[in-house]
Amino acid sequence: MSLKPYEEVLEAYDPALGLEVHVELNTASKMFCGCSTEFGAAPNTHTCPVCLGLPGALPVVNAKAVESVIRIGLALNCSIATWCRFARKNYFYPDMPKNFQTSQYDEPICFDGWTEVEVDGVTYRVEIERVHMEEDAGKLTHIGGSTGRIQGADHSLLDYNRAGVPLMEIVTKPVLGTGAAAPKVARAYMTQLRELLRALGVSDVRMEQGSLRCDANVSLAPKGSDVLGTRTETKNVNSLRSVERALTYEIQRQGEVLAAGGRVLQETRHWHEDAGHTSPGRSKEQAEDYRYFPEPDLVPIAPAAEWVEELRGTLPEPPAQRRRRLVAEWGFTELELRDVIGSGSLDLIADTVDAGASPAAARKWWSGDLARRANAAGVELEEIGITPAQVAELQSLIEDGTINDKLARQVIDGVLAGEGSPAEVVEARGLAVVSDDGALAEAVDAAIAANPEVADRIRGGKVQAAGALIGQVMKAMRGQADAARVRELIMERLG
Amino acid sequence: MALTTAEVARLAALARIELSEDELARLAPQLEVILESVAQVTEVAGDDVAPMSHPLPLTNVFRADEVRPSLAAEQVLAAAPAVEDERFRVPRILGEGQ
Ligand SMILES: [Zn+2]
Repeated sequence: MSLKPYEEVLEAYDPALGLEVHVELNTASKMFCGCSTEFGAAPNTHTCPVCLGLPGALPVVNAKAVESVIRIGLALNCSIATWCRFARKNYFYPDMPKNFQTSQYDEPICFDGWTEVEVDGVTYRVEIERVHMEEDAGKLTHIGGSTGRIQGADHSLLDYNRAGVPLMEIVTKPVLGTGAAAPKVARAYMTQLRELLRALGVSDVRMEQGSLRCDANVSLAPKGSDVLGTRTETKNVNSLRSVERALTYEIQRQGEVLAAGGRVLQETRHWHEDAGHTSPGRSKEQAEDYRYFPEPDLVPIAPAAEWVEELRGTLPEPPAQRRRRLVAEWGFTELELRDVIGSGSLDLIADTVDAGASPAAARKWWSGDLARRANAAGVELEEIGITPAQVAELQSLIEDGTINDKLARQVIDGVLAGEGSPAEVVEARGLAVVSDDGALAEAVDAAIAANPEVADRIRGGKVQAAGALIGQVMKAMRGQADAARVRELIMERLG
Repeated sequence: MALTTAEVARLAALARIELSEDELARLAPQLEVILESVAQVTEVAGDDVAPMSHPLPLTNVFRADEVRPSLAAEQVLAAAPAVEDERFRVPRILGEGQ
């Protein structure tokens, strides 16, 4: 379908965002049984009577999962319930063998919180409605039809290893007043949530493995109106980039519908990463009725105030404070900070600095060359295929003169292509700067001989003309020379 | 509390059970008997009695986060009507987007 230009939509409408984020916790065992949560095991090897929902099996809550959710709630400035229950969310779909998911309904363990995110130097407050505990579902694989999709599939296969893995859902209140920055605010919120969850150590937060998943809601209201528009909920938004892309698309699509005098349908939509669009799923009229009721097999949870305060003492530094502290320590400018936040590279830079690189060098690689490559390849920066330790190693190879900046880019090519560590790539590809002065001197002499008039200008005091000769020498050495050393050799002869 | 056949049809759809008109008409009054029986509880529950979901005055029953042995995949799949690639094979799923 055709889309309204983004700027035009924003001239007439204010978007309201809502984000529902599912996070798989990194406990060793499942939410209600002792089965392992390890990712990538052979199908159906991590199941038992409890997570298979066999008759008579009784669940028992994983204490670590409760602790993790309370810590997340506290880090998001939530109130912690003094008493709450689990509830059964009833639905008939083969991904849950019990025919219900154990979740929480109107008594979430954490509620009424907030966090602040930054986009292009502006701070936006995101209010948190609730954080609740639940369990993940099994993994369906659709067979037949096209490319594993449910449409046209002949039958489906189920692996219940993931069924019962501790999951929590973090739901925002409507986020208003972000204007044209709405998709970026959503992305910044996800990026910050990921940093926070990692700092808390409660999840692997690997979007590509599904341990961090996002449903993104958006609606449009005429500018100045205080009545929210009809919202759509976009599912399958599985990377930080796609959060921003999917919301931008939905804003344009809804803008087009409204401009044509139509009405936005309240429905679930699916994001198609490759095609870059959303398609309709369930409408409100077909919505499920989950007939929640209190889970009789699990007794209520009543976290003692002392326990909650003890957990509060284990919280990491709040994200905004950490950003300000690191940036002050690193000596970055405001503009550099925005690049770092915008590219989502704060943690990567911190890890690279920890691995021995200077903050300036770490920033240069992550928010510069590597961010551009990730963007061009359409992958998350941290999934690009080079680790912070390898970037630190690359930088030390530059600093000890083994390679120069230009060669460093070829070394990155090699590391990304899976050829090994930077040092291994230098070795295998023969990329080290030629430090043999004899070979370098020969190339310098050849360049001088081939360009007598340039040489004369340098002799006459036009030092800047040396650039042309340095270029020739670098070309002759296929880039594998130290430009500063080449300049020295030229000036020794002509200066 | 009259249960309509439309309500029963809705419940059947949620449970993914196909019922004929005859079955709907027959089941509605039967389900109503159950609802009426349960509803008798409300006659004795006063405002001073909080709804009860758990009969025992227990809270915070937890287990430590320790991995215990799971069942062997052969055992788990032995009860499945159909198996393919070590996984439960289920019929085509209708509904969503169809
Ligand atoms: Zn289990």
